[in-house]
This record gives sequence, C-alpha cells and structure tokens, in this order.
Amino acid sequence: MTAQVITVTSGKGGVGKTTAVANLAAALAMDGRKVVCIDGDIGLRNLDVVMGLENRIVYDIVDVIEGRCKLRQAMIRDKHYPEMYLIPAAQTRDKNAVSPSDMIRICNDLRPDTDFVIIDSPAGIERGFRNAIAAADRVLVVTNPEVSAVRDADRVVGILEAEEKGSPALIINRLNPMLVKNNDMLSAEDVLDLLGIQLIGVVPEDESVIIGSNRGAPVVTDPKSRAGMAFRNIAKRMQGQDVPFMDLDSQSGLWSAIQRLAGRK
Amino acid sequence: MMNFFSRKKSAPSAKERLQLVLVHDRTDLTSAQLESLKDDLIKAISQYIEIDPDAVRIELERDGRSQRLVADIPLRSAARHRSG
Ligand SMILES: Nc1ncnc2c1ncn2[C@@H]1O[C@H](COP(=O)(O)OP(=O)(O)OP(=O)(O)O)[C@@H](O)[C@H]1O
Ligand SMILES: [Mg+2]
Repeated sequence: MTAQVITVTSGKGGVGKTTAVANLAAALAMDGRKVVCIDGDIGLRNLDVVMGLENRIVYDIVDVIEGRCKLRQAMIRDKHYPEMYLIPAAQTRDKNAVSPSDMIRICNDLRPDTDFVIIDSPAGIERGFRNAIAAADRVLVVTNPEVSAVRDADRVVGILEAEEKGSPALIINRLNPMLVKNNDMLSAEDVLDLLGIQLIGVVPEDESVIIGSNRGAPVVTDPKSRAGMAFRNIAKRMQGQDVPFMDLDSQSGLWSAIQRLAGRK
Repeated sequence: MMNFFSRKKSAPSAKERLQLVLVHDRTDLTSAQLESLKDDLIKAISQYIEIDPDAVRIELERDGRSQRLVADIPLRSAARHRSG
C-alpha cells in the first residue's frame, strides 16, 4: 500500500478541522483502513484530547524531527482501532521546530505501510499551515456557512491554487437546516457557488459532536448521530465510493417533529 | 448599518456581500482602484472613438473560480455623425 496524504485546513479558526480529522480517521479505521493522524498545530495540541489519547503521549513530532525518538515510538495506537495512530503535536513555543521538508520526510516514511495519513492543520495561513500542506496529496477545506469562515476559506483555496496543490474539496460543517430553511443561513448551494470548488460533504450542527469530544470518542461511532453519519459518508468518498449526499432537511430533528405534529408529513 | 431587527432574511444579504468581497479579495483590486482604472480606460478609448463617459460600466465578475473584468462602453450614436 502507499498512503494518500490528506490535509484538513480552513483559514479561520474553530470551524471544525480537528473534529473532522478525528472523525474521518475513526470512520476510515472502521472501514478497515490503516490511518495515521498528525497533529500539525504546534503549541496548541488538541487532536490528542479529541481522540481521547492524551494520557498515552510519551513522544511528539518535534522529538521525531530532533532525533530524540524513532517515528514508530511517537505513533500512539488508538484504544479501539489498532490500525489507527496519532502523532501528537509538541507543546513547544518554537514555531520553527517543524519545517515543510520535515513534514514531507515524515509522510514519506509513513507512506509504504499506511492507507491514509491525515494532517490536522492549524488555523491561519502562516508557517503551521505551510507545514501542514507541504506533503498533502489532497487538501480538504473546512468551512461554516457563515461570512467570515467562507471568506477565509476562499483565501486558502486561492493560496492552494497558487501553490499548485490542485483544487481542494470542501467540507461544510455546522450547517443548521432550520436556519437555512428560514433563509437565515447560507445554504450548502450558496457556499459552493461562492467558493467554486468541489464538495465532499455537509455536516450538520449536532450537539453529539460536543458530547463525543467530551468523552474523547468521535461521533462516527454513534450510529444515531447525524454528524457522525455525514463524516462516515465523507470517509467513504475519500475511499473513492460514490455516496449520495444526505437530505439534511427531511430529518432535521425539531423541524420534522413540528412538521409531523402539524400532520404535514 | 442595517437594522438588526428588520424582518428581512439575512442569508441573501450574506451571499450578496460575500460575492463582492470575494471578487475583490481574489483580484487584490479595491473599489477605488477600479474607479481609477475606469477613468483611464475612458481617457484611452476617447482618443479613438467618441463615447459617453457617464454610461460606461466596468465590473469584476465571478465565473466559478476565475474572475473577469467586464466593460460595457456605449458609443455615442454614429447615426448623428452620418446625417450631420
Ligand atoms: N458539526 C458540529 N456540531 C456541533 N459542534 C461542532 C461541530 N463541529 C465542531 N463543533 C465544535 O466546534 C468547536 C471547534 O471545533 P474544532 O476544535 O474541531 O475546530 P478547529 O477548526 O480545529 O479549531 P482550531 O482552529 O482552534 O484548531 C468544538 O467545540 C467542536 O466540538
Ligand atoms: Mg484544531
């Protein structure tokens, strides 16, 4: 096997990159893939807690780069999926501890016996972002249906095009179908039309995401979670399967409940 | 600023505002620069042909991920010249 290296980035902070990485990795592992996640957010390590692996960290990516340990030693095996690993970020303040060529080297070392390497990019378009995209075969841009997130996503897409990283695929996260229905939130179609790139998935706003990260267990493992299902579908598309997009409207909790009560469905 | 409590739905306005902002972000051209480009264009074209400066429209348009500069430059009626 030779891994596909996938970087998840966004421009704006807090739109759901880390959530997406943890969930996509778990969904790929559920499908039997061997996955290595790399936390690229040096100084603001988070992927470890979202994945529930914070107590197992001994070495981090900077230890690998500076030769204090072997790559294998910094790979933390997941509790539930033995084929899923995390390489944690360092909590150092030295932003220059990692370079784009370090990332390329680490990813090349991982490629031969991994299916997917998924890199969690920090927000912004600085050094950490540059490191995160350096080794990427494919980039996923996460945005929210909201003006500043869409604007920043467009900047990132422009940079990726200028760097000849190819056209990224878009994840629209935290879409609220009720607000869209009331015309008080940009629809997935609006965001797609504005950004002009291909869509790989729409993830609804879903409180189970927060409950999942409280527990350190990604929502893809919850069969009832709408967001979990959306992430599972994205993981299938990453594996080349043609999965139809979910109809978020028809089952949007409260709205459909109201419709049912009103006898309209 | 728009009245926060106005009953008009907010999504169309978000989309409209983003459309404008993105075109300018992508081209690195401010509205002021676009105005001065328009003035220069009018000057240049007027050396060759008579146009109506007030009717000139110049806009940045989006087409997927690419932008185009679209100019609409009505000429002063040629019929008048011929009959006159
Ligand atoms: N679909 C969703 N529904 C509800 N909450 C969500 C959803 N996606 C993400 N969140 C919440 O949004 C917050 C930010 O998510 P996350 O940390 O994944 O963003 P990020 O892009 O990685 O942020 P940063 O730029 O700081 O790294 C978290 O509290 C997360 O639980
Ligand atoms: Mg993050």
